[in-house]
Amino acid sequence: MADGSALPGDVDRAGAAQPRLIVRGLRKYFPIRGGLFNRRVATVQAVDGVSFEVGKGETLGIVGESGCGKSTTARLIIRLIAPDEGETILDGEPVGTSDGIGIQEMRRHVQMVFQDSYASLNPRLTIEDSIAFAPRVHGLSAATARARTHDLLAKVGLEPGLYVRRYPHELSGGQRQRVNIARALALQPKLVVLDEPVSALDKSVEAQVLNLLLDLKAGLGLTYIFISHDLNVVRYVSDRVLVMYLGKVVETGPVDALYEQPLHPYTQALLSAMPSMDPAHRTEKPPLTGDPPNPINPPSGCRFRTRCAFAEGICAEREPALAEASGRPAQSVACHMSRPGSGHSKAPS
Amino acid sequence: MSPSEPLVDVRDLEVRFAGRDRVVHAVNGVTFALAAGEVLTILGESGSGKSVTLRALLRLHPPRRTRIAGSIRIAGQDVLALDAQRLSDLRGRTVSMIFQEPMLAFDPVFTVGHQIAETVRRHEGLGEQAARMRALEMLERVQIPSAKRRLAAYPHEMSGGMRQRAMIALALACRPALLLADEPTTALDATVQIQILLLLRELQRELGMAMIFVTHDVGVAVEVSDRVAVMYGGRIVESAPLARIIQAPRHPYTVGLLGSTVHGSMRGRRLTAIPGAPPDLATLPQGCAFAPRCPHAAGPCTAAVPDELVVGPGHHARCVRLANAA
Repeated sequence: MADGSALPGDVDRAGAAQPRLIVRGLRKYFPIRGGLFNRRVATVQAVDGVSFEVGKGETLGIVGESGCGKSTTARLIIRLIAPDEGETILDGEPVGTSDGIGIQEMRRHVQMVFQDSYASLNPRLTIEDSIAFAPRVHGLSAATARARTHDLLAKVGLEPGLYVRRYPHELSGGQRQRVNIARALALQPKLVVLDEPVSALDKSVEAQVLNLLLDLKAGLGLTYIFISHDLNVVRYVSDRVLVMYLGKVVETGPVDALYEQPLHPYTQALLSAMPSMDPAHRTEKPPLTGDPPNPINPPSGCRFRTRCAFAEGICAEREPALAEASGRPAQSVACHMSRPGSGHSKAPS
Repeated sequence: MSPSEPLVDVRDLEVRFAGRDRVVHAVNGVTFALAAGEVLTILGESGSGKSVTLRALLRLHPPRRTRIAGSIRIAGQDVLALDAQRLSDLRGRTVSMIFQEPMLAFDPVFTVGHQIAETVRRHEGLGEQAARMRALEMLERVQIPSAKRRLAAYPHEMSGGMRQRAMIALALACRPALLLADEPTTALDATVQIQILLLLRELQRELGMAMIFVTHDVGVAVEVSDRVAVMYGGRIVESAPLARIIQAPRHPYTVGLLGSTVHGSMRGRRLTAIPGAPPDLATLPQGCAFAPRCPHAAGPCTAAVPDELVVGPGHHARCVRLANAA
C-alpha cells in the first residue's frame, strides 16, 4: 500500500529462509463436563501434536473432514483459544512468551477470514468503519485510515464511493466476504488465515473470490493458510497441503505430489471420494464405509485404523509418527505401511 | 394414467410468495416432464428456484402466503387440485422426499423403527408385526450396520451419515414411484457423501424409481443424473442429457457455471468467473434474468424472456443467441 503509513515493526525479519510461521507440537483438548458437580466426563482431543511450517509467500492448504481439528488449528494459531501445549513462532519470534512477541503484536501480523461473512462483521458499523477500525486502534490518523480503507476496497473489487457508507446487511454474501478480506488486509498482515472463506458462496461467486485471493497474494506478497473441506479448491490455491484426521496430521507434501501420489490410505480415500466430473467415468465404489469416528475417545494407535482396509495389529499398538517418505522429497506421512521395519506386512523392507 | 403419459408432467409452473411489502417471484414458468425410472437433476445456485420447484410438486409451501399457477401432474393425478385427504395419500406413497437435514425429517421423540413402521401402516394398512418387518428390511437395504438394534434407536443416537440412511429408508418404505431429493448430501463429509450418492443410485436402479435431485454441485449431478436441468432466476435456462450438459453446454450461464467450478489440476490458470451476483427474485430484470451478468448480452436479451429452443437431441436452451444456430 503506497500511502506511506507503514506501522512500526513491519520490516521483514530474519531473512527469506526463515519460515513465516512455525508451529510445533500444538495440542488442544476440550473437556466435556456433565453429571454431578459438573465434572469432566470426557475429553475431545481436537488437536493433538500438530507441527508444520509455512514459508514466506507460500499457501498452505489444510484439508480434512468435520471434527479433524482444522478450524481449531486456525484458532490456536491466532490465539482465539489458548493451546494446552506447543509453540508458534512467527518470523523467528516465539508468540506469547517472555522472550518473543506478545499476542496483540502477533495479531497485527496474522489476520483471519471466516466462513460466515455476516457474523464476522459488526452489523452496526458501516463498511468504512469496520475496515478502518483496526488501523485507528493501532494509531493511524482518521484521514490516513480512511484513505487506506478506500484503497483496500478498490483492491478487493468494490467501488469505494458506492460501498463505504453501506452496512453489512445491504451487501450480498460475495461482497461481504470481499469486505472481510479487505478488513483482514487493513493492518498489512504477513500471514492471513482463511478458514473456509468460500464455502458459503455460490459457485459463480466462489470463483470471483478465489481469483481475488490469488491476485492479492501475488500483488501484496502475502502468505496464506487456507482451510477447506473442498479438495478441488485446496488443490487450486495451495502450494503445499496438510491432511488432518481426528486431530492429527496424517500426510503433508507439495500439492501436486500429494494429489497425484497420495501415500496415506486416508488421503487416498479422501481423494477418491471426490465426485467425478466425467459422466463416462462415474465413481463405482465408495472408498470408505461409515462415518468418521467421534474425536472423543479416538481409536488407539493409528486413529484411522478403524476405517482402514490395511489395518493390522501394529496399527492398534503403536501410533505412527509423521516422517518424510523415502524417495519423496518434502512429502511426509504418518503410516506404518510407509515406514521400513515398522512391523506392518506392507512396509518396505 | 395412460401408458404414454410421463410420470411427472409440470407445465408453466409459477410460484410466488407474498410478503408484507414485496412479492418474491421464485419460479417463473417451469415446464418439464419425467419418465418412470428416470433421474433428473435440477442444478442451480441459491435463489435459482430449484428447491421451491421441488417442494411445489408436493405442495409443501405454506398455502396462505404462496400462489401457485400452472399445472403439476404426477402419476396421472392433478396435484394442484387434490383435497387434503388425497394429497396426504400421495405424499409418502407415490412421491417421497428426502432433505438436507435428516434431524428435521424425523420426530425426535419416537424411535426410527417406529416412524418407518407408522408410514407403512398408514399407507399400506399392514399390521404392526408386518410393518416392523418392513422397517427392518428397509434399514438393511440402506446398509445400516446392525439394523435390528437400530430399529430401537432415536434419531439423535445416530451419526450424520446413518441418519441420512435412515431418512432414505423412511422415504422408500412404501416403494414410491418418485423420490424427490433436496440437497441430501450437502451437509455430509466427502467420504460419507459419496457413500450416500452411490446408495441412492443403487436403490433407484433396483426399485426402478424416478428421482428428481436438487443440487448446487456439478460433481454430485454427474454422479447421479440421466438428465440435467439448469435453473437461473426461477426458470430452466438449459436442459439436456448429462453428458451433453457437461461436454457441450450452450447457455452462457451453464458455460459460466462449469467454468467457475474448480476441478482437477487447474493451478495457475485463472478461473473464468461470472461477474456480479444472482438476481434478487423480488426485482427480477426484464427479459433474460442472466443478461446483467452475461458477456454476450445485447438489446434483444432485455426485450422479452427468450423462448426455449431445441439445440440438439433432447437439448433445450433459453438464449436468443442460439436462435440462428438452432
